[in-house]
Amino acid sequence: MGKTIWIVTALVMLAAPWAFPGGFALTLLTQMGTLIIFALSYNMLLGQGGMLSFGHAVYSGLGAYITVHALNAIGKSWGWVTPLPLLPLVGGFAGLAFGVIFGYVTTKKAGTTFAMISLGIGELVYACVLMFPGFFGGEAGISTNRTVGQPLFGITFGPSIQVYYLVAAWCFACMVAMYALTQTPLGRMANAVRDNPERAEFVGYDTQKVRFLQLVLSAFFAGISGALSCINFEIVSAENVSAIRSGGVLLAAFIGGIPFFFGPVIGAIVFIFFVAALSGFTKAWLLYLGLFFCIMVLYAPGGIASLFLMQIGLARAGRLRRMALPYALAAAAALVALAGLIGLVESVYRLSDVTSDPQMVLFGLELNAKDPAVWIGSGLLLACGLLAIRFASRTVVARWDAVQQELKGASA
Amino acid sequence: MSALELRDVHKSFGSTKIIQGVSLSIAPGERHAIIGPNGAGKSTLFNLVSGRFPLTQGSIHLNGEDITGLRPFEINRKGLSRSFQVTNIFHHLTVFENLRCAVLWAHGYKYSFWHRLAKLGGVNRRAEEVLQKIGLRSRAGVPAGTLSYAEQRALEIGVTIAGGATVILLDEPTAGMSRTETAHAVELIRQVSQDKTLVMVEHDMGVVFDLADRISVLVYGEVIATGTPAEIRGNAAVQEAYLGTSLAQAAHA
Repeated sequence: MGKTIWIVTALVMLAAPWAFPGGFALTLLTQMGTLIIFALSYNMLLGQGGMLSFGHAVYSGLGAYITVHALNAIGKSWGWVTPLPLLPLVGGFAGLAFGVIFGYVTTKKAGTTFAMISLGIGELVYACVLMFPGFFGGEAGISTNRTVGQPLFGITFGPSIQVYYLVAAWCFACMVAMYALTQTPLGRMANAVRDNPERAEFVGYDTQKVRFLQLVLSAFFAGISGALSCINFEIVSAENVSAIRSGGVLLAAFIGGIPFFFGPVIGAIVFIFFVAALSGFTKAWLLYLGLFFCIMVLYAPGGIASLFLMQIGLARAGRLRRMALPYALAAAAALVALAGLIGLVESVYRLSDVTSDPQMVLFGLELNAKDPAVWIGSGLLLACGLLAIRFASRTVVARWDAVQQELKGASA
Repeated sequence: MSALELRDVHKSFGSTKIIQGVSLSIAPGERHAIIGPNGAGKSTLFNLVSGRFPLTQGSIHLNGEDITGLRPFEINRKGLSRSFQVTNIFHHLTVFENLRCAVLWAHGYKYSFWHRLAKLGGVNRRAEEVLQKIGLRSRAGVPAGTLSYAEQRALEIGVTIAGGATVILLDEPTAGMSRTETAHAVELIRQVSQDKTLVMVEHDMGVVFDLADRISVLVYGEVIATGTPAEIRGNAAVQEAYLGTSLAQAAHA
């Protein structure tokens, strides 16, 4: 079972560029690979260790800065084969080193104190990056060229497909490594410290040390993802260490599902879809992402992964079919509400931005944001959709409970 | 040499004196019960011995070694383990994982991130053994937070003894249990405390007189009497201060 999942994952990663051809899809896939590593490393703190960090981008960002300098140094003086495929290790060890320095401070306390100090360190590093343009390149950042040096076997890492496979290989290796870490004494004690730090002390563990080691390892993987984004974009700027990045990875991990190892993988994929794909269609993508996040926090705190696993449980018991109708109802209701919401949001965006054209195309319809009919129509759709969701969700819950009762009766 | 020795231990919270000069000596292999009315400072005494609170004055010795001022995990590593009055387990981990966590340090795996848990034969055998002992075999894969109250209490004892500590502190192990559950718990405690030193706080006099080799009576932060169950039963000061009718009932029960 365990091995099958890994083989399938590897095959999916190998085949993805063929399943989704085109330059844009490849860009997305490469970014997903980097973010998967970053989100999983973040979940080593939040999901596994109970540490809510608001400054995780510090480790990926500083790892990226060290990598960009390493790459530029290679470009100047290296006459031999480029060690580009191994460069993520430089980022990883840089992340680890900063993890040792900052982690020593942040992991002294857990809970709110940890969260606050991580936020403080994030701001501190961001300020420093802008204050020392000599090393960090200021707002503009530092650019590089990944194709410097001699290619090995004709692989220059110029074409983005080669970069994708480099990222995919590292992503797979990091996933395996991070999963393996959850099955070690430290990994398990990180869970124990998350659940009950006091008891962990009374079975012989220094909770501070457990948190510290967990953070240092997590910073290592964050550094690897930073190095990969440096190789991919060929530029590292202050944005790489910013609170926006730190917040983004929190969102990605949470949306995917922090109680599960694979949750952040799903989260990273969805997040990139919002950030990179949706932003091409609408200026309001951040609003949609925020709304989606809020809905997940409120109604599915276990993330997409938890929703998924619930269905798998039912499917195994052969009862998924019984849920088909309520689910279809709920989906239809959600679609109606979503259509209304999109109509309103897009109209507001068109009107609030004087430079944009009030004429827009939504769902294949030519609409004008200044037309009251559009507003009334969208509002009605949203209201009806929300009402329908109320009704549908009751049906879903009722049917769900009934099925659970049946299963209980069957097993007893 | 005593397994556990308290010398003139004091503890104040602000100006409130909770423990006022407790001296106790508990021999290796002894089962010692600490009894006393509510608010006498029994749980505080446990918190001092296990390093949860710092002492105001005095010293505590474990197997002849001064452990005063050490942190809980340091004291635990020296062979003292405790349970809690309010169940204190790892709620999201399974029953088996709870026990495994309690065994890891004692088996020397410390903060290792290069061993695979599944391959730690000694650790897993020990966790299985304790699982069997506390009668939660069939519940091994269940998250600890979903256990029934009595099961959680059993797990609490399991986590306490799993690491193989030589001195075991149990804080009201049968609190809130029905009569049958209490009988089970007493049997379990008798079993797991074999060849160990046991100190327990307990309100149920039946349990105390059944299990303890010696009893100390704590009243207002002072030990007013220490002795065998028979001696305590016959002690006039104890009867006056605390036991009264409940002792007579226990004796007849």
